[in-house]
Amino acid sequence: MSTTSQSGAPRRAVKEFTVPNRLGIHARPAALFVKVANKYHSHITVEKDGEEINGKSIMGLMMLAAGQGSKLKVVAEGDDAVEALQGLEELFVKKFNEE
Amino acid sequence: MSGKTTSEQVFQGIGVSPGVARGQILVYRIAEEAIPHYDITPEQVSQEIARFEQALITTRQQLHELQQKISSGIGSDASSSILDVHVSITEDPALIEPVITRLEQEKKNVEFIFNEITRKYIHTLQELPDEFLRERAVDVQDVTRRILQNLLGHTHRGLTSVPPGTIVVAYDLAPSDTSSLDREHVAGFATDVGSHTSHTAIMARSMNIPAVVGLHDASQRVHDGQPAILDGYSGTLIVEPSEQTLYIYGQLQVKRHSLEERLAALRDLPAETLDGHRVHLSGNIELLQDIEGLKHVGAEGIGLFRTEYLFLNRRDFPSEEEQYEQYVSAVRAMKPHPVIIRTIDLGGDKFHSDEVTPPEINPFLGFRGIRVCLAHVEMFKTQLRAILRAGAEGNAKLMYPMISGVAEVVQANRIVEEVMADLRRDGVPFAENIDIGAMIEVPSAALTAEMIATEVDFFSIGSNDLVQYTMAVDRVNERVANLAEPAHPAILRLLRNCVEAAHNNNIWIGVCGEVAGQPLYTPLLIGMGVDELSMGTANLPRVKEVIRRMKLEEAQELAAAALHAIHARDVVAMLKALIQRIDPDLLSS
Repeated sequence: MSTTSQSGAPRRAVKEFTVPNRLGIHARPAALFVKVANKYHSHITVEKDGEEINGKSIMGLMMLAAGQGSKLKVVAEGDDAVEALQGLEELFVKKFNEE
Repeated sequence: MSGKTTSEQVFQGIGVSPGVARGQILVYRIAEEAIPHYDITPEQVSQEIARFEQALITTRQQLHELQQKISSGIGSDASSSILDVHVSITEDPALIEPVITRLEQEKKNVEFIFNEITRKYIHTLQELPDEFLRERAVDVQDVTRRILQNLLGHTHRGLTSVPPGTIVVAYDLAPSDTSSLDREHVAGFATDVGSHTSHTAIMARSMNIPAVVGLHDASQRVHDGQPAILDGYSGTLIVEPSEQTLYIYGQLQVKRHSLEERLAALRDLPAETLDGHRVHLSGNIELLQDIEGLKHVGAEGIGLFRTEYLFLNRRDFPSEEEQYEQYVSAVRAMKPHPVIIRTIDLGGDKFHSDEVTPPEINPFLGFRGIRVCLAHVEMFKTQLRAILRAGAEGNAKLMYPMISGVAEVVQANRIVEEVMADLRRDGVPFAENIDIGAMIEVPSAALTAEMIATEVDFFSIGSNDLVQYTMAVDRVNERVANLAEPAHPAILRLLRNCVEAAHNNNIWIGVCGEVAGQPLYTPLLIGMGVDELSMGTANLPRVKEVIRRMKLEEAQELAAAALHAIHARDVVAMLKALIQRIDPDLLSS
C-alpha cells in the first residue's frame, strides 16, 4: 500500500522557508535540521539560489551559508514526504530554538 | 637594493623565547605530515572501506562518551550541541559517499582520500563570506582530525627527524607533537596561535631556542625549504630575507653577542643582590637532555622536573625502573643541588590514553594533575617509589601538581607514607626525609595557603595556571591572552598571601611559572619575598643579571608600591623604569 500508493499521501512535497534566526543556518541549526531530516525515509534536498544540496548532509547545509532572511526551497520525496516537511517546518517556526 | 627584486615576507607575532635563528622552514601540519599515501589493489578496496567504517564508529563512540560525561557532569546545553554537530559530521553522506566512490575509482589508501576530501570542505568553509560559518571550519577540522587519528591508530611522528637549522612553522604545537622532537636540529618555533605561556613557548625556552607565536596565518603562507630568519626578540618571522635584512641581522647579532658574553661571565657568580640577599635560581626541565644546558648557565638545581613527558605518546605506563633511571640520572647530575620532581600532571593539554584521561570539553577545569594521580593510585605509587628511591642518591624533592586544597595534600601524603612503608619492608633504600611541596596554581589553594603550609615543606607557584584560573583566561587563546596579566592586583594579592603563609610556617616559596624567567618581573617577585625562581635555561643569565644589579631594599619598596597599584600596566611601568636604570641592554634585546 505504501510504496505504490497513488491515492493517499503525495510522494513529493515542496515548501519554501525563510531563515528566521539571526545567525542563520550555522553549525548547530544545521545539525538540528539533519537530525530531524534523518527521522524520515524521504529523500530531502534543500535549494538556495539555484544551489541544491542533500538535506541530510550537515556540511552541505553549512556550505549554503544561509543567513537570516535567505530563502530555502525544501523538497522531500518519499512515503513520508509530507510528515518530513511538517517536521522541518517546526524548526523554522521555533527559530531553531535560538531566540 | 636597486635592481634586485626581493620576495621578502615579514610576519609579526609575539616573541616568547629569545634568540635569532637562521635556517629553512618546515611547515608542520598535523594532518598532512602524518598521512601515508599509497596505492591499493582492487581486492583491498573493501578492506579500506571497512577500516573507514570502523574509524567512523570509533569516533562516534568517543563523541557519545564525551556527550554522556557532559550531560551527567557540567550539563551545558551549548557544548553538547557542538558534539551534536560533530556526530552529524561523522554521519554525513556528503563526506562518506565520495570517500567510497573515490576509493573505488582511484585505489589509494583511505587516509589519503579522506584527507583530500575533508581538506576541500574545510577550505570551502574557510572562504565563506559569513564569519560565523567560517569559524565553524574548526568543528569540521576537529572531527575529521579525530577520524584520521582513529584511522591511523597511533600518533604521528612528523618531527622526529628533521634537517639541521629547521624552523618549525605550525598552526600550534601540542605536547604530543613535540615529545618526540628532533632537539638537535630544530632551530626555532613559529606558530599561528599561542601566547607567552603556551606549550610552544615553554618548550622553546627550555631548549634555549627562539620562538615566535601569534603569527595569524603564517603556516598557510610559507612553504617547506624557504630560507628564513626567526627573531625571538622582536617577534618576527622573515621569510626569504633580502640582502639588506641579512646585513642588519648580522650587525644586531654582534651587539647581542656582546650582551650574551657579558651574561655568560655570570655563570659562576652567586645570584645575590647588591645588599647581600641570596636568591636561589634553578631550571625547569622536561627531559634529561635539558640538564647539560642548565648546568652550563649555572643553575643551582632543578626547580621543576616535568615528568609527564615520560608518559606521553604511549599506551602503557613507564615501569618503576624506567622512571627510576630518569629520576636518578637527574639527581646524580645535579648533586648536591636539589631536583624537584613533580608527579605527573596529565590532563589540561597533556594526555595519555583515553582510558586514563578521557577527552573532555573543558580539560583545564577537568581531570588533571593530582586528581588523576589520586584516582590512579597504582600509577601514582609506582611513580612515588621511583622518586623516593632516586632520592637516596642525592637531593630529590617531591611536588604535587594542581593542588586545590589541603585535603588533596593530606590524601597524597598518606599514599607517600604507604609507599615508604612498602619500601622499608622490602629493604629498599630511599629518601626517608624527602621534602614534599605543593604547586600553588589554583586560586583556592592560594587563598588557603596557610592551611596547606602546615602539611608541606615548600610551595612553588605555577604562575601560568594561577593567572589563567584567576583571570578566567585561556592561556592558548590569543584573542584573550592579553588579559592574562601576571602583575594584576588580584595575582599580586594571591602571591602576597602565599608568601606570608609560607614564611609564617617557616617553609620556603618559589615560582616556577613563566614570570620567574622574565627579568622584568624579577624585582617584583624578589621584593615580595619569593625565595626561589625556576625557569627555562635561556632566561637564567638575564634574571641573575637583574638580581646582581638591584638591591633587596628597592625591590621591597617597589613591591609595596605595586600592591597599591590599580592597574597591572602601572606595575609594569615601574618595573621597566627599574630595569632601564640597572641594565638597559636587557630591555633593548
